[in-house]
Amino acid sequence: MDYVTPTTAMEASKALAQDGAFALAGGTDLLVKLKTKFVSPSVIVDIKQVPKIMSIENSTDGWWIGAAVPCAEISEHESLRQDWPGLVESLSLIGSTQIQGRATLGGNLCNASPAADSVPALIAAYGTCIISGQSGDREEPIENIVTSPGVTVLEKGEFILGFKLPKPESGTGDAYLRLIPRSEMDIAIVGAGTSVSVDKDKKITSIRVALGAIAPTQIILDGLEDLFIGKEPNENSINKLISIAESACRPIKDKRGTVEYRTKIAGVLAKRTLTIAYKRAINH
Amino acid sequence: MNDMTQTNLERALKIVGSRPARPDGVDKVTGRALFGADKSLPNMLVGRVLRSPYAHAKIISIDTSKAEKLEGVKAIITSADFEDFPSEFVPNGEMVVNMKDITRNVMAREKVLYVGHTLAAVAATDEDVAEKALALIDVKYDVLPHVLEVEDAEKSDAPLLHDDMITIGVEPMPTSASNVAKRVEFGLGDVEKGFSEADLIVEREFTTQQVHQGYIEPHACLASVSEDGQAELWCTTQGPFVVRNFCSKLLGFNAAQIRVTASEIGGGFGGKTVVYLEPLALALSRKSCRPVKMEMNRAEVFTSSGPTSGAKIWVKIGVKNNGKITAGDCVLKYQAGAFQGAPVGPGAMCAFAPYDLKNVRAVGFDIVVNRPKVAAYRAPGGPISEYGVESVIDEIAMKIGMDPIDLRLKNAAKEGTVAPYGPKLGPIGMIETLEAAKSHPHYSAPLGANQARGVASGFWFNIGGETSSSITINEDGTVGLTLGTPDIGGSRASMAMMASEELGVPMELIKPIIGDTNSLGFNFLTGGSRATFSTGTTVVESTREAIEELKKRAALLWEVSLDQVEWVDGHARLISGNEPKTMSLAQIAKQAGKTGGPIMANCSMNVTGAGPSLGTHIVDVEVDEETGQVSIVRYTAIQDAGKAIHPAYVEGQMQGGAVQGIGWALNEEYIYNDKGELENTGFLDYRIPVCSDVPMIDTVIVEVPNPNHPYGVRGVGETPIIPPLAAISNAVSRATNKRFDELPLSPPKVLAKLMHG
Repeated sequence: MDYVTPTTAMEASKALAQDGAFALAGGTDLLVKLKTKFVSPSVIVDIKQVPKIMSIENSTDGWWIGAAVPCAEISEHESLRQDWPGLVESLSLIGSTQIQGRATLGGNLCNASPAADSVPALIAAYGTCIISGQSGDREEPIENIVTSPGVTVLEKGEFILGFKLPKPESGTGDAYLRLIPRSEMDIAIVGAGTSVSVDKDKKITSIRVALGAIAPTQIILDGLEDLFIGKEPNENSINKLISIAESACRPIKDKRGTVEYRTKIAGVLAKRTLTIAYKRAINH
Repeated sequence: MNDMTQTNLERALKIVGSRPARPDGVDKVTGRALFGADKSLPNMLVGRVLRSPYAHAKIISIDTSKAEKLEGVKAIITSADFEDFPSEFVPNGEMVVNMKDITRNVMAREKVLYVGHTLAAVAATDEDVAEKALALIDVKYDVLPHVLEVEDAEKSDAPLLHDDMITIGVEPMPTSASNVAKRVEFGLGDVEKGFSEADLIVEREFTTQQVHQGYIEPHACLASVSEDGQAELWCTTQGPFVVRNFCSKLLGFNAAQIRVTASEIGGGFGGKTVVYLEPLALALSRKSCRPVKMEMNRAEVFTSSGPTSGAKIWVKIGVKNNGKITAGDCVLKYQAGAFQGAPVGPGAMCAFAPYDLKNVRAVGFDIVVNRPKVAAYRAPGGPISEYGVESVIDEIAMKIGMDPIDLRLKNAAKEGTVAPYGPKLGPIGMIETLEAAKSHPHYSAPLGANQARGVASGFWFNIGGETSSSITINEDGTVGLTLGTPDIGGSRASMAMMASEELGVPMELIKPIIGDTNSLGFNFLTGGSRATFSTGTTVVESTREAIEELKKRAALLWEVSLDQVEWVDGHARLISGNEPKTMSLAQIAKQAGKTGGPIMANCSMNVTGAGPSLGTHIVDVEVDEETGQVSIVRYTAIQDAGKAIHPAYVEGQMQGGAVQGIGWALNEEYIYNDKGELENTGFLDYRIPVCSDVPMIDTVIVEVPNPNHPYGVRGVGETPIIPPLAAISNAVSRATNKRFDELPLSPPKVLAKLMHG
C-alpha cells in the first residue's frame, strides 16, 4: 500500500485516479475501514497539503470552509458560529471530542451515510461544494452529492476541495438536532437541519428544512414556502410541517429504529429545529 | 469464628474504614499494568478461531487439509483434538456447569448451536496467515431451523437443540426431549390461600432482553506448552484455579502440569469465570510446541462469550389494603443460550427474598435457545426476577395509595425471617436501607416537569467458598500478601488494609499480589461478591497467626514465656517487668534468622457464613413524551455493606452496579435478525451508558455487620445491579401514567407504548 501527499489539486486528482486509490482527510472513517479490513487500498492519497483545503475564509462572497479542516477547528471559529450556529452545532455532535480533532466536513459528506450529522445542516444553510478533478473545479449544491448510501457523484480522480456558504442576510437563523438513544457517541436515528430568514416584522422570507437518516439520502422538504413565507409560524403551519416531514420519510427498519419511530421523530425534529431557527432569526 | 466481630468492633479501627490509594493504582494510570493481551514470548504464534455462520446446523465435515498446507500455519485444532465427556454437573460458584457441554461450547462437535460457535482454531506465524488459513478450512453443514425466544423454544414443535434433553424437575419425568432443561421451584406456605386473603391482586408479565457484561477488555491469553507437557498459561480471568481445572480436564493434563497466572483484568462482572480461548491456546501450543497468543475482537466477545439471559416472567402479588402482602407467586423463563445453565435457580430464590412472606412461590424454567451460552453476570438471575417483583410492588403501592418505601417497610425481611428459599436469615439490612432511603434528601426533593421518582430494592445472597492466602514477614519489616482471588474491584487494597489493621504496620509497607496456581492452595474464583469476605477472612486469620509467631520470636529474644508478650501497634510488648519494653516488627524480622528462620503464615479454608446484602435505589427520570427518550436526572444508591473496609471502593461498586443496571434498563439488548445473526456486535449499537448518560451516582453505605467476618464484611459487588431495572421502570411508569413491563426502555419502545398503550 502506497501513501502519497500531493501538494496541488492536480497532483491529488491524478493520484486519486489510480485504481484502488482512497482519499485521506481526517481518517476517522478510512482508518476504521482499514483496520476492519473493509477496504484494502493500493494507494492512500493524503489530501491535506492541497492549497485551500485546510483553511477557513470569510469574504464578502460568504464563507469558505476547506474540506479537510478538522471539525474542532470549525467549532472554535467564533464568527462562523455567529453566522451559522446550527451548522457548527451539527459538526460538534460528530463522534467525540477526540474524533472531532480529526474529522472533517469533506469526509462526513463523502462517506455518504444517510445519517451524517453535518449534511442536513449544510443543505439547510444553502451550502455548495467545490469539486476538484483533472479537468478543473466545479461547484455543486450539497444535496446533489450523495446518490445512495455510500455512493456519491464524484468521479474517478475527483475530491471535495471545500465548502461555500452564503453570508447570511440579517434576520437569519439555523438549527440542527438529531435523535440518538444515548447522549453522545452515537449515530443519528433522525437528523434535522433548518434555516429561516425573517423580515423586520418577524415574517418568514425563506425557509429550508433538510432531514437525514430517514431515506437513502438526505432530503429537502417540499411545499414549505406556501405554508410559511410571509407569515409567522403558528400551530397550524407547524402541524402541517410535521405531516410534511412525516410523509417525506422513506426510512428503513433496522437495529437503530423502526419505520414508525423514525417517521414520528422526523416530524418532532422538524418542528423543534424550526422553533430554534426562527428564534435565532428574529434575534439575528 | 463467632466472636470475631465483637473483638474487632470493640477496639477503635485505624485503617479499616479509611480511604488510602490502591496499591495497583499507579500501574493502572501509567499504563504499566499488564492485561490479558499485553504479554508476548519469543517464537510466539498467533491463534485465530473459525466460527459458525449459522445459528443451528449439523456439521457434516470439517476439512483442514488445504489450510494445513499454507506456509506459516503451525497447528490446526478441531473437536477431534478434545476428548468427549459424559453429562456431569459440577458446581461453579453461583452457576452449575456440565463438562459435556463445556467441551462442546469450547469446540463444536456434532452441531453448531449459535452464530459465532467455535469450529476450529489455527496457530500461525502471524495474524494474516491465520486469517487466510481459516478461509481455507472447508466446513460442510446441514443447516437446521433455529429458535431464539423462550416462548418459541418451549413449543412442542420447536427445533430441538439437544435431542437427548429431558426436562429435569418435572413429575412424572417427560418421555420426549425438549428445549426445557429443568424446572425449579422454591416457596413457603400456601399461595392460593394467601391470594384468597388479599384485598388487591396485581399480576403482570414482563420481558427482558439478553445483555452482555460489557467488560472493556476482550478475552485474551498466552499459552506455552513445552515438549515434556509442562504448560504455562497467562490469561485475563476471575479464577486462575478454575481455569486450571477446566483446562486440565478438557485437555487431559493433571493440575500440576498447568500453571495459570491471572493478568490484570479489564472488567469481568462474572463473564470471565469460564473458558473460551484458554483451552484452544493450550491445545494449539501443545500441537505446535510454540507459545500461542489469542485475543477475541469485540464482535467475538459479543457473539461467542457468555452474556446473561433474556427472559419472560410472570409475577402475581396479593396484598391487604393496609399494605401487608398475603401472597407472592412468579414464573420465570430464562434463556440459557445453546447449553443449559440459565441462572434461573438463583433468580427464583431471590425474587421475593427482600420480603417476609408467609405464602410465596417461585417457579423457574431453564430453556435452551440458539444464542451463546450464558455466563454469570453480576448477581446472576437476580436483576431479572427482582425487576418483575419490584415493578408489581410499585404498581400495588400506587393502587392502594401507599408510599412505595412504606409498603416495602411493612413487608421487609429481617433477622429471623424464613427466606422463600428455605433458610432463616441472620442480621440483614433491608429495613435499615429503606429507612436511609426515606430520610435521604433525594426522596423528598421537588421534581421538575415531565419528571418522576422511582424506587426499588434488591437482595443478593453472596458466597464464601474455598480460599487460600499467605503472608510473609520480610527481613526488613515489610510484609508480602499472596492472594488467590483476582482483584476485580480494589480487593488488594482491602486485603492490605485488613493486614495493616491487624499487624499495626502502615499499609504502604504491605505488598499484596495475586499468586499463580502454584503459589497457594485452590481458590475458588472471584465471584459471588466473595473476595473481600472470604479472602479477607483468610488474610485476617493468617495475619493473626503471623503475629503469634512474631510474639514467640520476641519471647525468645527476651527469654520470657509467650504469655508475657502482647502485640500492640506493630510492636511486641513485654507485659510485666520493671520498665516498659517493646520490639518493633522490623526488629523482630531482622533477627528472624537466629530465632527460627523466616516468618510466614497461611490460611486455607472453606469460608462459610456469607451475609446477604440488601440495597434500595432512588432514581428521578425525565421522559420526553414526544421522542420517548428517558434521562436519568438524579440517582441515589443505598446499600448494606456490613462493614466497608475501603468505603471508596464500596461506593465504586455501588456506582458501577447502578450504571450497569441503568444500561440494562435503558438501551442494552442483543438484537438478532431472522437468520439468528447478532446485528449489534459493537459498542456503537450495543449501548452501554457513556459518562454523559448518567448523573453522579450518590451513595449511602449502611453498615449492619455480618457476624461471620472478623470486621463484619458482606459482599457488595452484585446487589447494586438489581434495583436499577425496576427503579427506572417504576419512575418511567409514574412519569407517563402507563405501566411499563418490558426492557430496555429505549426511545422507540417507550414512544410506541406512549402512542399505542
